[in-house]
Amino acid sequence: MLSIKDINVYYGNIHALKNVSLEVERGEIVTLIGGNGAGKTTTLRTISGLLRSKTGDILFEEESIAQIPAPAIVKKGISQVPEGRRIFANLSVLENLEMGAYLRKDRQEIQASLENVFRRFPRLKERIRQRAGTLSGGEQQMLAMGRALMSKPKLLLLDEPSMGLAPILVQEIFAIIKEINQAGTTILLVEQNAHMALSIAHRAYVLETGRVVLSGYAEELVKSDEVRKAYLGG
Amino acid sequence: MKAMRLRNNLIIAVCLAVLYFGIAYAMKQRMLSSFHQVNLYLMGINIIMAVSLNLIVGFTGQLALGHAGFMAIGAYVSAVMTLKLGQPFLLAVLVGSLATGVVGVLIGLPPLRLRGDYLAIATLGFGEIIRGLLININYVGGAAGMNGIPKLTTWTWLFIFTVATVLLIKNFINSSHGRACIAIRENEIAADAMGINTTFYKVLAFSIGAFFAGLAGALYAHYFFLIQPQTFTILKSFDALVMVVFGGLGSLTGSIIAAVAITVVNAALQSLGALRMVIYALLLVVVMVFRPQGLMGTKEFTLRTLLRQKGGSGLHDYRKQVD
Repeated sequence: MLSIKDINVYYGNIHALKNVSLEVERGEIVTLIGGNGAGKTTTLRTISGLLRSKTGDILFEEESIAQIPAPAIVKKGISQVPEGRRIFANLSVLENLEMGAYLRKDRQEIQASLENVFRRFPRLKERIRQRAGTLSGGEQQMLAMGRALMSKPKLLLLDEPSMGLAPILVQEIFAIIKEINQAGTTILLVEQNAHMALSIAHRAYVLETGRVVLSGYAEELVKSDEVRKAYLGG
Repeated sequence: MKAMRLRNNLIIAVCLAVLYFGIAYAMKQRMLSSFHQVNLYLMGINIIMAVSLNLIVGFTGQLALGHAGFMAIGAYVSAVMTLKLGQPFLLAVLVGSLATGVVGVLIGLPPLRLRGDYLAIATLGFGEIIRGLLININYVGGAAGMNGIPKLTTWTWLFIFTVATVLLIKNFINSSHGRACIAIRENEIAADAMGINTTFYKVLAFSIGAFFAGLAGALYAHYFFLIQPQTFTILKSFDALVMVVFGGLGSLTGSIIAAVAITVVNAALQSLGALRMVIYALLLVVVMVFRPQGLMGTKEFTLRTLLRQKGGSGLHDYRKQVD
Protein backbone atom coordinates (compact mmCIF):
# COMPACT_ATOMS: atom_id res chain seq x y z
CA MET A 1 0.00 0.00 0.00
CA LEU A 2 2.77 2.37 1.01
CA SER A 3 6.25 1.88 -0.24
CA ILE A 4 9.17 4.14 0.59
CA LYS A 5 12.29 3.74 -1.48
CA ASP A 6 15.66 5.15 -0.50
CA ILE A 7 14.65 8.53 0.81
CA ASN A 8 17.19 11.04 2.04
CA VAL A 9 15.91 13.99 4.03
CA TYR A 10 17.94 16.92 5.28
CA TYR A 11 17.35 19.67 7.79
CA GLY A 12 19.74 22.23 6.39
CA ASN A 13 23.10 20.49 6.66
CA ILE A 14 21.88 17.74 8.90
CA HIS A 15 21.33 14.47 7.11
CA ALA A 16 18.28 13.21 9.01
CA LEU A 17 17.22 10.18 6.97
CA LYS A 18 19.79 8.05 5.18
CA ASN A 19 18.47 5.78 2.44
CA VAL A 20 15.40 4.78 4.39
CA SER A 21 13.16 2.23 2.72
CA LEU A 22 10.09 0.60 4.13
CA GLU A 23 6.88 -1.11 3.12
CA VAL A 24 3.41 -1.07 4.61
CA GLU A 25 0.92 -3.64 3.34
CA ARG A 26 -2.81 -3.13 3.36
CA GLY A 27 -4.40 -4.06 6.68
CA GLU A 28 -1.15 -4.07 8.65
CA ILE A 29 0.04 -2.24 11.71
CA VAL A 30 3.66 -1.35 11.06
CA THR A 31 5.66 0.36 13.73
CA LEU A 32 8.78 2.47 13.56
CA ILE A 33 10.73 2.33 16.78
CA GLY A 34 13.97 3.93 17.85
CA GLY A 35 15.45 6.41 20.28
CA ASN A 36 15.39 10.17 20.21
CA GLY A 37 16.62 11.67 16.98
CA ALA A 38 16.45 8.39 15.12
CA GLY A 39 14.30 9.91 12.38
CA LYS A 40 10.90 8.42 13.21
CA THR A 41 8.93 11.65 13.10
CA THR A 42 10.94 12.86 10.12
CA THR A 43 9.83 9.77 8.22
CA LEU A 44 6.18 10.46 9.01
CA ARG A 45 6.48 14.12 8.08
CA THR A 46 8.03 13.17 4.77
CA ILE A 47 5.21 10.76 3.99
CA SER A 48 2.56 13.37 4.74
CA GLY A 49 4.33 15.94 2.56
CA LEU A 50 5.45 18.34 5.28
CA LEU A 51 9.07 17.57 4.42
CA ARG A 52 10.60 16.66 1.09
CA SER A 53 13.06 13.95 0.25
CA LYS A 54 16.05 14.79 -1.90
CA THR A 55 16.17 11.38 -3.50
CA GLY A 56 14.11 8.21 -3.82
CA ASP A 57 10.37 7.91 -4.06
CA ILE A 58 7.27 7.38 -1.96
CA LEU A 59 4.51 5.29 -3.53
CA PHE A 60 1.00 5.15 -2.14
CA GLU A 61 -1.24 2.66 -3.90
CA GLU A 62 1.26 2.46 -6.76
CA GLU A 63 1.24 6.24 -7.21
CA SER A 64 4.12 8.55 -6.40
CA ILE A 65 3.26 11.06 -3.68
CA ALA A 66 6.79 12.32 -3.11
CA GLN A 67 6.25 15.58 -4.94
CA ILE A 68 2.60 16.44 -4.31
CA PRO A 69 1.55 19.00 -1.68
CA ALA A 70 0.38 17.99 1.79
CA PRO A 71 -3.34 18.75 1.32
CA ALA A 72 -3.47 16.55 -1.79
CA ILE A 73 -1.87 13.71 0.16
CA VAL A 74 -4.59 13.93 2.80
CA LYS A 75 -7.11 13.74 -0.03
CA LYS A 76 -5.55 10.54 -1.26
CA GLY A 77 -6.32 8.92 2.08
CA ILE A 78 -3.33 9.43 4.35
CA SER A 79 -4.12 11.10 7.63
CA GLN A 80 -1.63 12.02 10.31
CA VAL A 81 -2.04 12.38 14.03
CA PRO A 82 0.81 14.77 14.77
CA GLU A 83 3.12 14.36 17.73
CA GLY A 84 1.95 16.02 20.91
CA ARG A 85 -1.68 15.76 19.81
CA ARG A 86 -2.03 19.26 18.32
CA ILE A 87 -5.73 19.67 18.80
CA PHE A 88 -7.51 22.99 18.15
CA ALA A 89 -7.57 24.04 21.79
CA ASN A 90 -10.12 26.84 21.55
CA LEU A 91 -12.63 24.94 19.47
CA SER A 92 -15.13 22.48 20.89
CA VAL A 93 -14.72 18.74 20.63
CA LEU A 94 -17.33 18.62 17.89
CA GLU A 95 -15.71 21.45 15.94
CA ASN A 96 -12.38 19.64 16.14
CA LEU A 97 -13.94 16.52 14.70
CA GLU A 98 -15.68 18.51 11.98
CA MET A 99 -12.31 19.96 11.06
CA GLY A 100 -11.08 16.44 10.46
CA ALA A 101 -13.71 16.03 7.75
CA TYR A 102 -12.60 19.28 6.17
CA LEU A 103 -11.91 17.79 2.74
CA ARG A 104 -15.14 15.77 2.61
CA LYS A 105 -18.35 17.14 1.23
CA ASP A 106 -20.82 14.28 1.79
CA ARG A 107 -22.78 15.36 4.86
CA GLN A 108 -24.53 12.05 5.36
CA GLU A 109 -21.32 10.08 5.40
CA ILE A 110 -19.60 12.63 7.61
CA GLN A 111 -22.43 12.09 10.05
CA ALA A 112 -21.83 8.34 9.86
CA SER A 113 -18.11 8.84 10.53
CA LEU A 114 -18.94 11.06 13.46
CA GLU A 115 -21.13 8.38 14.99
CA ASN A 116 -18.41 5.88 14.32
CA VAL A 117 -15.88 8.02 16.20
CA PHE A 118 -18.28 8.45 19.11
CA ARG A 119 -18.85 4.69 19.26
CA ARG A 120 -15.11 4.19 19.49
CA PHE A 121 -14.54 7.08 21.92
CA PRO A 122 -17.68 7.40 24.06
CA ARG A 123 -15.84 9.86 26.27
CA LEU A 124 -15.66 12.37 23.43
CA LYS A 125 -19.42 12.23 23.01
CA GLU A 126 -19.88 13.09 26.68
CA ARG A 127 -17.73 16.17 26.15
CA ILE A 128 -19.01 17.14 22.75
CA ARG A 129 -19.42 20.84 23.49
CA GLN A 130 -16.43 21.21 25.78
CA ARG A 131 -13.47 23.30 24.72
CA ALA A 132 -10.85 20.83 23.51
CA GLY A 133 -8.08 22.55 25.47
CA THR A 134 -9.79 21.60 28.73
CA LEU A 135 -9.72 17.87 28.03
CA SER A 136 -7.28 15.61 29.85
CA GLY A 137 -4.19 14.40 28.02
CA GLY A 138 -5.72 11.02 27.24
CA GLU A 139 -8.93 12.57 25.99
CA GLN A 140 -6.95 14.95 23.80
CA GLN A 141 -5.12 11.99 22.27
CA MET A 142 -8.46 10.32 21.64
CA LEU A 143 -9.73 13.51 20.06
CA ALA A 144 -6.67 13.77 17.82
CA MET A 145 -7.19 10.18 16.70
CA GLY A 146 -10.92 10.67 16.23
CA ARG A 147 -10.24 13.77 14.21
CA ALA A 148 -7.85 11.90 11.95
CA LEU A 149 -10.46 9.16 11.47
CA MET A 150 -12.99 11.79 10.36
CA SER A 151 -11.14 12.08 7.06
CA LYS A 152 -11.82 8.36 6.50
CA PRO A 153 -8.16 7.55 5.89
CA LYS A 154 -6.92 4.41 4.22
CA LEU A 155 -3.62 4.85 6.01
CA LEU A 156 -3.36 6.39 9.46
CA LEU A 157 -0.03 7.81 10.60
CA LEU A 158 0.27 7.93 14.37
CA ASP A 159 3.12 9.89 15.91
CA GLU A 160 3.85 8.82 19.49
CA PRO A 161 0.31 8.31 20.76
CA SER A 162 1.67 7.27 24.17
CA MET A 163 3.53 10.53 24.76
CA GLY A 164 2.82 12.01 28.17
CA LEU A 165 0.09 9.57 29.08
CA ALA A 166 -0.36 7.45 32.20
CA PRO A 167 0.41 3.73 31.66
CA ILE A 168 -3.23 2.74 32.06
CA LEU A 169 -4.25 5.22 29.36
CA VAL A 170 -1.46 4.04 27.09
CA GLN A 171 -2.96 0.55 27.28
CA GLU A 172 -6.39 1.92 26.47
CA ILE A 173 -5.10 3.94 23.51
CA PHE A 174 -3.23 0.97 22.11
CA ALA A 175 -6.29 -1.24 22.43
CA ILE A 176 -8.20 1.34 20.40
CA ILE A 177 -5.44 1.48 17.77
CA LYS A 178 -5.77 -2.27 17.40
CA GLU A 179 -9.53 -1.97 17.02
CA ILE A 180 -9.21 0.75 14.39
CA ASN A 181 -6.85 -1.51 12.48
CA GLN A 182 -9.20 -4.47 12.75
CA ALA A 183 -11.97 -2.31 11.34
CA GLY A 184 -9.91 -1.97 8.17
CA THR A 185 -7.54 0.98 8.52
CA THR A 186 -3.88 0.41 7.82
CA ILE A 187 -1.63 1.98 10.45
CA LEU A 188 1.92 3.24 10.53
CA LEU A 189 2.82 3.82 14.16
CA VAL A 190 5.82 5.72 15.43
CA GLU A 191 6.67 4.98 19.06
CA GLN A 192 9.29 5.37 21.72
CA ASN A 193 7.44 2.86 23.83
CA ALA A 194 8.82 -0.07 21.87
CA HIS A 195 7.28 -2.67 24.12
CA MET A 196 3.71 -1.47 23.61
CA ALA A 197 4.25 -0.84 19.92
CA LEU A 198 5.64 -4.30 19.27
CA SER A 199 2.79 -5.89 21.22
CA ILE A 200 0.17 -4.71 18.71
CA ALA A 201 2.18 -4.38 15.47
CA HIS A 202 2.49 -6.96 12.76
CA ARG A 203 5.86 -5.78 11.57
CA ALA A 204 8.42 -3.27 12.76
CA TYR A 205 11.38 -1.24 11.58
CA VAL A 206 14.07 -0.10 13.97
CA LEU A 207 15.62 3.25 13.16
CA GLU A 208 18.93 4.47 14.48
CA THR A 209 20.41 7.86 13.59
CA GLY A 210 18.50 8.05 10.35
CA ARG A 211 19.05 4.47 9.16
CA VAL A 212 16.91 1.36 9.25
CA VAL A 213 19.07 -1.02 11.26
CA LEU A 214 16.60 -3.87 11.74
CA SER A 215 13.26 -4.92 10.42
CA GLY A 216 11.00 -7.91 10.65
CA TYR A 217 7.92 -9.40 12.24
CA ALA A 218 7.07 -7.84 15.56
CA GLU A 219 7.02 -11.07 17.52
CA GLU A 220 10.49 -11.96 16.22
CA LEU A 221 11.93 -8.55 16.99
CA VAL A 222 10.63 -8.73 20.55
CA LYS A 223 12.80 -11.80 21.01
CA SER A 224 15.87 -10.46 19.24
CA ASP A 225 18.76 -9.65 21.50
CA GLU A 226 19.61 -6.33 19.91
CA VAL A 227 16.12 -4.92 20.32
CA ARG A 228 15.79 -6.25 23.84
CA LYS A 229 19.05 -4.69 24.87
CA ALA A 230 18.52 -1.36 23.21
CA TYR A 231 14.83 -0.71 23.64
CA LEU A 232 13.17 -3.15 25.97
CA GLY A 233 15.47 -2.85 28.94
CA GLY A 234 17.45 -6.10 28.64
CA MET B 1 -35.28 27.73 13.76
CA LYS B 2 -35.32 29.13 10.27
CA ALA B 3 -38.22 31.44 11.12
CA MET B 4 -36.31 32.70 14.13
CA ARG B 5 -33.23 33.41 12.07
CA LEU B 6 -35.36 35.23 9.54
CA ARG B 7 -36.98 37.28 12.27
CA ASN B 8 -33.62 38.18 13.78
CA ASN B 9 -32.27 39.23 10.41
CA LEU B 10 -35.34 41.36 9.96
CA ILE B 11 -34.81 43.04 13.30
CA ILE B 12 -31.20 43.80 12.36
CA ALA B 13 -32.28 45.15 8.97
CA VAL B 14 -34.83 47.42 10.64
CA CYS B 15 -32.25 48.66 13.15
CA LEU B 16 -29.81 49.42 10.34
CA ALA B 17 -32.50 51.22 8.36
CA VAL B 18 -33.43 53.32 11.39
CA LEU B 19 -29.77 54.16 11.93
CA TYR B 20 -29.27 55.08 8.30
CA PHE B 21 -32.37 57.21 7.86
CA GLY B 22 -32.06 58.74 11.31
CA ILE B 23 -28.59 60.04 10.61
CA ALA B 24 -29.45 61.02 7.04
CA TYR B 25 -32.35 63.04 8.44
CA ALA B 26 -30.21 64.62 11.13
CA MET B 27 -27.66 65.64 8.51
CA LYS B 28 -30.28 67.13 6.28
CA GLN B 29 -31.69 69.15 9.17
CA ARG B 30 -28.14 70.25 10.02
CA MET B 31 -28.49 68.79 13.49
CA LEU B 32 -24.93 67.43 13.38
CA SER B 33 -21.98 69.76 13.70
CA SER B 34 -19.14 69.27 11.27
CA PHE B 35 -17.09 67.89 14.16
CA HIS B 36 -19.69 65.21 14.78
CA GLN B 37 -19.88 64.45 11.09
CA VAL B 38 -16.14 63.99 10.73
CA ASN B 39 -16.16 61.55 13.62
CA LEU B 40 -19.13 59.72 12.20
CA TYR B 41 -17.26 59.14 8.95
CA LEU B 42 -14.14 58.15 10.86
CA MET B 43 -16.24 55.64 12.74
CA GLY B 44 -17.32 53.95 9.53
CA ILE B 45 -13.78 53.92 8.16
CA ASN B 46 -12.42 52.63 11.45
CA ILE B 47 -14.99 49.84 11.49
CA ILE B 48 -13.85 48.72 8.05
CA MET B 49 -10.21 48.91 9.11
CA ALA B 50 -10.76 47.00 12.35
CA VAL B 51 -12.98 44.29 10.88
CA SER B 52 -10.63 43.67 7.95
CA LEU B 53 -7.58 43.54 10.21
CA ASN B 54 -9.41 41.19 12.55
CA LEU B 55 -9.78 38.74 9.69
CA ILE B 56 -5.98 38.63 9.39
CA VAL B 57 -4.92 38.93 13.02
CA GLY B 58 -7.90 37.66 14.98
CA PHE B 59 -9.29 34.88 12.83
CA THR B 60 -6.27 33.67 10.89
CA GLY B 61 -3.81 34.45 13.66
CA GLN B 62 -1.23 36.26 11.51
CA LEU B 63 0.16 39.30 13.30
CA ALA B 64 0.32 41.94 10.56
CA LEU B 65 1.35 45.51 11.26
CA GLY B 66 1.11 47.07 7.81
CA HIS B 67 -2.57 47.83 7.56
CA ALA B 68 -2.00 51.55 7.08
CA GLY B 69 0.11 50.73 4.04
CA PHE B 70 -2.86 48.99 2.47
CA MET B 71 -5.11 51.87 3.37
CA ALA B 72 -2.64 54.23 1.68
CA ILE B 73 -2.66 52.21 -1.54
CA GLY B 74 -6.47 52.28 -1.67
CA ALA B 75 -6.52 55.99 -0.93
CA TYR B 76 -3.91 56.94 -3.51
CA VAL B 77 -5.09 54.67 -6.32
CA SER B 78 -8.70 55.80 -5.97
CA ALA B 79 -7.65 59.46 -5.70
CA VAL B 80 -5.60 59.15 -8.89
CA MET B 81 -8.63 57.60 -10.58
CA THR B 82 -11.00 60.45 -9.73
CA LEU B 83 -8.66 63.43 -9.55
CA LYS B 84 -6.22 62.69 -12.36
CA LEU B 85 -8.18 60.39 -14.64
CA GLY B 86 -11.66 61.78 -14.07
CA GLN B 87 -13.24 58.38 -13.43
CA PRO B 88 -16.50 57.97 -11.48
CA PHE B 89 -16.36 57.44 -7.72
CA LEU B 90 -17.57 53.83 -7.63
CA LEU B 91 -15.09 52.71 -10.24
CA ALA B 92 -12.33 54.50 -8.38
CA VAL B 93 -13.25 52.81 -5.12
CA LEU B 94 -13.41 49.42 -6.79
CA VAL B 95 -10.09 49.83 -8.58
CA GLY B 96 -8.47 51.17 -5.41
CA SER B 97 -9.67 48.19 -3.36
CA LEU B 98 -8.78 45.64 -6.02
CA ALA B 99 -5.32 47.12 -6.49
CA THR B 100 -4.79 46.86 -2.75
CA GLY B 101 -6.00 43.27 -2.77
CA VAL B 102 -3.53 42.41 -5.53
CA VAL B 103 -0.71 44.10 -3.65
CA GLY B 104 -1.86 42.10 -0.63
CA VAL B 105 -1.29 38.86 -2.54
CA LEU B 106 2.13 39.96 -3.82
CA ILE B 107 3.25 41.25 -0.45
CA GLY B 108 1.64 38.37 1.39
CA LEU B 109 3.27 35.50 -0.46
CA PRO B 110 6.83 35.90 0.76
CA PRO B 111 6.33 37.01 4.39
CA LEU B 112 3.42 34.68 5.13
CA ARG B 113 5.99 31.92 5.09
CA LEU B 114 7.19 33.69 8.22
CA ARG B 115 5.48 33.26 11.53
CA GLY B 116 4.54 35.37 14.50
CA ASP B 117 7.07 38.07 15.35
CA TYR B 118 8.89 37.71 12.05
CA LEU B 119 5.72 38.35 10.06
CA ALA B 120 4.97 41.35 12.27
CA ILE B 121 8.36 42.90 11.53
CA ALA B 122 8.11 42.15 7.81
CA THR B 123 4.66 43.74 7.48
CA LEU B 124 5.79 46.69 9.57
CA GLY B 125 8.58 47.22 7.09
CA PHE B 126 6.17 46.91 4.21
CA GLY B 127 3.96 49.70 5.58
CA GLU B 128 6.98 51.96 5.80
CA ILE B 129 8.09 51.07 2.26
CA ILE B 130 4.70 52.14 0.88
CA ARG B 131 4.98 55.43 2.72
CA GLY B 132 8.53 55.94 1.53
CA LEU B 133 7.52 55.25 -2.06
CA LEU B 134 4.62 57.67 -1.91
CA ILE B 135 6.85 60.45 -0.63
CA ASN B 136 9.13 59.95 -3.62
CA ILE B 137 6.53 59.76 -6.39
CA ASN B 138 5.98 63.26 -7.70
CA TYR B 139 2.98 62.22 -9.74
CA VAL B 140 0.99 61.82 -6.52
CA GLY B 141 2.36 64.99 -4.94
CA GLY B 142 5.34 63.60 -3.03
CA ALA B 143 5.48 64.59 0.61
CA ALA B 144 2.81 67.25 0.12
CA GLY B 145 0.32 64.60 -0.89
CA MET B 146 -2.74 64.97 -3.06
CA ASN B 147 -5.05 67.88 -2.52
CA GLY B 148 -8.50 68.71 -3.83
CA ILE B 149 -9.80 65.17 -4.13
CA PRO B 150 -13.54 65.47 -4.86
CA LYS B 151 -15.64 64.93 -1.76
CA LEU B 152 -17.66 62.00 -3.02
CA THR B 153 -17.93 59.78 0.06
CA THR B 154 -21.49 60.50 1.07
CA TRP B 155 -23.20 59.13 4.15
CA THR B 156 -25.08 56.68 1.92
CA TRP B 157 -21.91 55.24 0.37
CA LEU B 158 -20.12 55.10 3.67
CA PHE B 159 -23.05 53.27 5.24
CA ILE B 160 -23.41 50.82 2.36
CA PHE B 161 -19.69 50.01 2.23
CA THR B 162 -19.38 49.61 5.98
CA VAL B 163 -22.36 47.26 6.22
CA ALA B 164 -21.22 45.35 3.13
CA THR B 165 -17.71 44.91 4.56
CA VAL B 166 -19.03 43.51 7.82
CA LEU B 167 -21.49 41.20 6.07
CA LEU B 168 -18.96 39.89 3.55
CA ILE B 169 -16.32 39.20 6.18
CA LYS B 170 -18.89 37.61 8.47
CA ASN B 171 -20.01 35.28 5.69
CA PHE B 172 -16.43 34.46 4.85
CA ILE B 173 -15.70 33.53 8.44
CA ASN B 174 -18.77 31.34 8.69
CA SER B 175 -17.91 29.49 5.49
CA SER B 176 -15.63 26.49 5.32
CA HIS B 177 -12.88 28.88 4.19
CA GLY B 178 -13.31 30.80 7.40
CA ARG B 179 -13.10 27.56 9.35
CA ALA B 180 -9.83 26.80 7.62
CA CYS B 181 -8.51 30.21 8.72
CA ILE B 182 -9.57 29.61 12.32
CA ALA B 183 -7.91 26.19 12.24
CA ILE B 184 -4.68 27.87 11.13
CA ARG B 185 -4.92 30.27 14.05
CA GLU B 186 -5.56 27.46 16.49
CA ASN B 187 -2.77 25.22 15.30
CA GLU B 188 -1.04 25.48 11.99
CA ILE B 189 0.54 22.03 12.08
CA ALA B 190 -2.78 20.37 12.87
CA ALA B 191 -4.44 22.40 10.11
CA ASP B 192 -1.83 21.08 7.72
CA ALA B 193 -2.55 17.56 8.88
CA MET B 194 -6.27 18.09 8.20
CA GLY B 195 -5.47 18.74 4.55
CA ILE B 196 -5.91 22.50 4.75
CA ASN B 197 -3.70 24.39 2.32
CA THR B 198 -2.35 26.74 4.96
CA THR B 199 -0.32 29.01 2.68
CA PHE B 200 -3.30 29.51 0.37
CA TYR B 201 -5.63 30.47 3.20
CA LYS B 202 -3.14 32.75 4.87
CA VAL B 203 -2.63 34.63 1.60
CA LEU B 204 -6.38 34.62 0.96
CA ALA B 205 -7.18 36.13 4.37
CA PHE B 206 -4.32 38.58 3.97
CA SER B 207 -5.51 39.80 0.57
CA ILE B 208 -9.17 40.01 1.57
CA GLY B 209 -8.10 42.06 4.59
CA ALA B 210 -5.96 44.22 2.29
CA PHE B 211 -8.86 44.68 -0.14
CA PHE B 212 -11.08 46.12 2.57
CA ALA B 213 -8.30 48.25 4.03
CA GLY B 214 -7.96 49.66 0.51
CA LEU B 215 -11.69 50.34 0.54
CA ALA B 216 -11.34 52.20 3.83
CA GLY B 217 -8.51 54.23 2.29
CA ALA B 218 -10.59 55.10 -0.77
CA LEU B 219 -13.49 56.26 1.39
CA TYR B 220 -11.07 58.23 3.54
CA ALA B 221 -9.48 59.99 0.57
CA HIS B 222 -12.84 61.04 -0.84
CA TYR B 223 -14.07 62.45 2.42
CA PHE B 224 -11.08 64.36 3.71
CA PHE B 225 -10.07 65.48 0.18
CA LEU B 226 -6.42 65.65 1.25
CA ILE B 227 -4.15 62.66 1.59
CA GLN B 228 -0.51 62.75 2.57
CA PRO B 229 2.02 59.99 3.09
CA GLN B 230 2.31 60.93 6.76
CA THR B 231 -1.38 60.17 7.26
CA PHE B 232 -0.56 56.50 6.86
CA THR B 233 2.21 55.95 9.37
CA ILE B 234 2.77 52.99 11.63
CA LEU B 235 0.58 54.76 14.15
CA LYS B 236 -2.40 54.27 11.86
CA SER B 237 -1.62 50.54 11.65
CA PHE B 238 -1.41 50.42 15.42
CA ASP B 239 -4.71 52.26 15.73
CA ALA B 240 -6.39 49.49 13.80
CA LEU B 241 -4.57 46.83 15.80
CA VAL B 242 -5.60 48.48 19.06
CA MET B 243 -9.24 48.33 17.99
CA VAL B 244 -8.94 44.66 17.10
CA VAL B 245 -7.25 43.71 20.36
CA PHE B 246 -9.54 45.98 22.38
CA GLY B 247 -12.65 44.43 20.85
CA GLY B 248 -11.38 40.89 21.05
CA LEU B 249 -9.26 38.91 18.63
CA GLY B 250 -11.69 36.83 16.65
CA SER B 251 -14.87 38.80 17.35
CA LEU B 252 -16.34 40.90 14.54
CA THR B 253 -18.89 42.59 16.75
CA GLY B 254 -16.09 43.26 19.23
CA SER B 255 -14.14 45.05 16.50
CA ILE B 256 -17.19 47.13 15.58
CA ILE B 257 -17.86 48.09 19.18
CA ALA B 258 -14.19 48.90 19.75
CA ALA B 259 -13.95 50.98 16.56
CA VAL B 260 -16.99 53.00 17.61
CA ALA B 261 -15.83 53.33 21.21
CA ILE B 262 -12.29 54.36 20.35
CA THR B 263 -13.47 56.91 17.81
CA VAL B 264 -15.81 58.39 20.42
CA VAL B 265 -13.13 58.43 23.12
CA ASN B 266 -10.67 60.05 20.73
CA ALA B 267 -13.19 62.72 19.84
CA ALA B 268 -14.25 63.32 23.42
CA LEU B 269 -10.67 63.78 24.57
CA GLN B 270 -9.84 66.16 21.73
CA SER B 271 -10.24 69.25 23.92
CA LEU B 272 -7.70 67.97 26.43
CA GLY B 273 -4.76 68.53 24.13
CA ALA B 274 -1.57 66.74 25.08
CA LEU B 275 -3.23 64.97 27.96
CA ARG B 276 -5.40 63.12 25.47
CA MET B 277 -2.80 60.51 24.55
CA VAL B 278 -2.06 59.85 28.22
CA ILE B 279 -5.68 59.17 29.07
CA TYR B 280 -6.19 57.18 25.90
CA ALA B 281 -3.16 55.00 26.64
CA LEU B 282 -4.21 54.59 30.25
CA LEU B 283 -7.62 53.43 29.13
CA LEU B 284 -6.03 50.77 26.98
CA VAL B 285 -3.81 49.61 29.83
CA VAL B 286 -6.83 49.33 32.13
CA VAL B 287 -8.82 47.31 29.60
CA MET B 288 -5.90 44.98 28.98
CA VAL B 289 -5.35 44.43 32.70
CA PHE B 290 -8.96 43.63 33.44
CA ARG B 291 -9.99 42.05 30.16
CA PRO B 292 -6.92 40.75 28.36
CA GLN B 293 -9.09 38.83 25.91
CA GLY B 294 -10.64 42.14 24.77
CA LEU B 295 -14.19 43.33 25.28
CA MET B 296 -15.77 40.37 23.56
CA GLY B 297 -13.08 37.68 23.59
CA THR B 298 -13.88 35.44 20.64
CA LYS B 299 -17.62 35.68 21.28
CA GLU B 300 -20.02 37.52 19.03
CA PHE B 301 -22.71 39.88 20.20
CA THR B 302 -25.89 38.57 18.60
CA LEU B 303 -29.58 39.17 18.90
CA ARG B 304 -29.93 35.56 19.90
CA THR B 305 -27.87 36.04 23.05
CA LEU B 306 -29.53 39.38 23.67
CA LEU B 307 -33.04 37.94 23.47
CA ARG B 308 -31.90 34.76 25.20
CA GLN B 309 -33.24 32.63 22.42
CA LYS B 310 -32.32 28.98 22.43
CA GLY B 311 -30.30 27.45 19.66
CA GLY B 312 -27.02 28.16 18.01
CA SER B 313 -25.41 28.76 14.67
CA GLY B 314 -26.22 26.94 11.48
CA LEU B 315 -24.05 24.14 12.72
CA HIS B 316 -26.50 23.53 15.45
CA ASP B 317 -29.06 21.82 13.21
CA TYR B 318 -26.34 19.36 12.41
CA ARG B 319 -25.39 19.07 16.05
CA LYS B 320 -28.93 18.24 17.05
CA GLN B 321 -28.73 15.00 15.14
CA VAL B 322 -25.68 14.11 17.16
CA ASP B 323 -27.37 14.42 20.52
